[in-house]
Amino acid sequence: MLAPEPGIEIDGFRLGERMHVGSMASIYRLEGPKGPLPLVMKIPRLGAGERSANVVSFEQCRMVLGALSQSPHYPTVIAYGDVETTPYLVMEYIEGTRLDTWIERAPLAPQETARLGHALALALHEVHRQDVIHLDLKATNVIYRASGEAALIDFGLSCHRHLPDLLAAEFHTPVGNWVYMAPEQIAGERCDPRSDLFALGALLYQLATGKRAFGTPSTVAQLRRRLYRDPPPPRALVAATPPWLQEVILHCLEIDAAARCASAAQAAFDLANPGQVALTERAERASRAGIVKLGRHWLKARNFAPSAPPPPATDVAPLPVIVVAIATHETDEPFFEALRSATRRRVAADGGCRIACITVVPPAAALSDDTPTGRHIKQLVSLRRWAKPLGLPEERLTYHVLESDQPAVALLDYAAVNEVEEILMGPGKEAAQVVAQAPCSVTVVRAAPLS
Amino acid sequence: MKLALFADIHSNLEALTACLDHAAALGAARYAFLGDLVGYGADPVAVLELIESHAARGAIVVLGNHDAAAIGRPVHGMNLQALTAIAWTRKRLPKRQVDFLGALPLSVREDDRLYVHASAAAPERWTYVTGPRQAAQSIGATDASVIFCGHVHEQKLYYTGAGGYPMPFQPVPGTPIPTARHRQWLAIVGSAGQPRDRNTAACYALADLARARITFFRVPYDHGTAAQKIRAAGLPERLARRLERGS
Repeated sequence: MLAPEPGIEIDGFRLGERMHVGSMASIYRLEGPKGPLPLVMKIPRLGAGERSANVVSFEQCRMVLGALSQSPHYPTVIAYGDVETTPYLVMEYIEGTRLDTWIERAPLAPQETARLGHALALALHEVHRQDVIHLDLKATNVIYRASGEAALIDFGLSCHRHLPDLLAAEFHTPVGNWVYMAPEQIAGERCDPRSDLFALGALLYQLATGKRAFGTPSTVAQLRRRLYRDPPPPRALVAATPPWLQEVILHCLEIDAAARCASAAQAAFDLANPGQVALTERAERASRAGIVKLGRHWLKARNFAPSAPPPPATDVAPLPVIVVAIATHETDEPFFEALRSATRRRVAADGGCRIACITVVPPAAALSDDTPTGRHIKQLVSLRRWAKPLGLPEERLTYHVLESDQPAVALLDYAAVNEVEEILMGPGKEAAQVVAQAPCSVTVVRAAPLS
Repeated sequence: MKLALFADIHSNLEALTACLDHAAALGAARYAFLGDLVGYGADPVAVLELIESHAARGAIVVLGNHDAAAIGRPVHGMNLQALTAIAWTRKRLPKRQVDFLGALPLSVREDDRLYVHASAAAPERWTYVTGPRQAAQSIGATDASVIFCGHVHEQKLYYTGAGGYPMPFQPVPGTPIPTARHRQWLAIVGSAGQPRDRNTAACYALADLARARITFFRVPYDHGTAAQKIRAAGLPERLARRLERGS
């Protein structure tokens, strides 16, 4: 089959400009009557000299995208043709800016890197939640919409854990983008969502430093170096990289998938809440591993066996965040205790959840009596005092002081950005608004009436 | 058109009716019964009556090894409990049902689909498709795009990958799987009447022929009653316990 020319019609769709010619498929813009969405058509490269894997990759892409529910984080599929006779896929054209635009401008300011990374991590979380792993994350496969949301494109190498993996037996060399590929992918593992987190880490590394964490390998031997060689820490390249950002990046880039961030939701949370990132040795690392450690890693890499992938995500919300809204100016101890009991019950029901203790205060300018920093610390102390009797380990608790004139709106924003699973709060007019508009469950807690 | 596929029903009326109701609610318009209609369970006559009525309306029915044994054909390799149940069943089948079983084909070909109880390579030998090697032999014996079979009680889907060698896939109940026609597929629909994967729920599959998709299902049913009937009939206790434990 010859590459279709712009202007021809396939099943009623008229091909416009050829936007992209990849190694496996071409993308055309579609012309014609304006529908609700601008559309593109993906056509696999077939015929003499083309790889048979192209059509399998196309089939996999169609199957996986077809199984995903509609979301802003990937294109909506509109129509598809028969794989045997007229293979094509018509989908939404995602308008926005590709991640490579920022990569070209790297190194970026830490806040900018975190913003882009946070949006990308949320998109990854959305697909991981549906048991899909992208496995070909790179700068040209991420598009940022005008809203700031990230969308993933090109699911041609992806894997759906509830559907047959048509690509499993198709390739003999590691397939995907070698610049961002995770160690376990090199070893042939295709079922671990944490492979996408490694690629996320490699992209963040590049945004923060302007350098590729593992260079540009051209042979499998060079590619395999990442099984034992750690990249130079970002702070060694860009001294202004804050410790929390280096922590998040190197956490995603751990060789062993089991040592990385637990989930994309966790990475998104860390990138949105720099103050809450648990700093480890990674945060302050100033140079690459020394000769002894490197030797140890090299020996280990000779028999590299990927960690077992986590079980599919169905029914397993990855590290749910529970928000407890606490009005620290109140002194109603029976109510605080009721809020603690509700929190304890929630923790008992789900041992893995994380409690975010939040209070909302008016913006600093509205107050005159206190310095903003002093006030902030006082609020944090009150939150900690409230949480202490819970007896939870430190890493399960986070504390946030949000500044806003509208407490309900601040809580709702926080819940939307951080994939919050549930909000616990006291009654009042804020509660009514939060209950009505929250993207998650809300429990309104009341103190037991005094008898 | 949706086609409901049942295998290894083994005289379990409660399981079969639960699966039939489930499939009907999802819009099944055709039915296929992939052998081992009887054996093990306590309701051979009622189960066969139900299947006969479907057959009269155009359902596909193929013979299984337990069915062959129940009408006196020599079948090798059955254990003592199976033989006890077969002897018990034989005494209860009316002549009409013996004739019905006796007239069943070993396999049925319809368009690009093949229906068979065990491996399509020599169906009369009742070979278990327990791995990719047996799946390759079964797939190699036909040019059909899809083979629907049973005999092995656990649900499994094999599909040809690069080089034509089958890859095993463990289906997730309720998730539709596209089965593109340019590949070959072998679907083991699982046992309706005697599941053995520590899950008591009955197995069956629903194929959407127009959209080329197959969905595997697990249907909880009143296995307590089915087990009680086995005990009341004086069949081996182990056969009742299997239904209660799903093992």
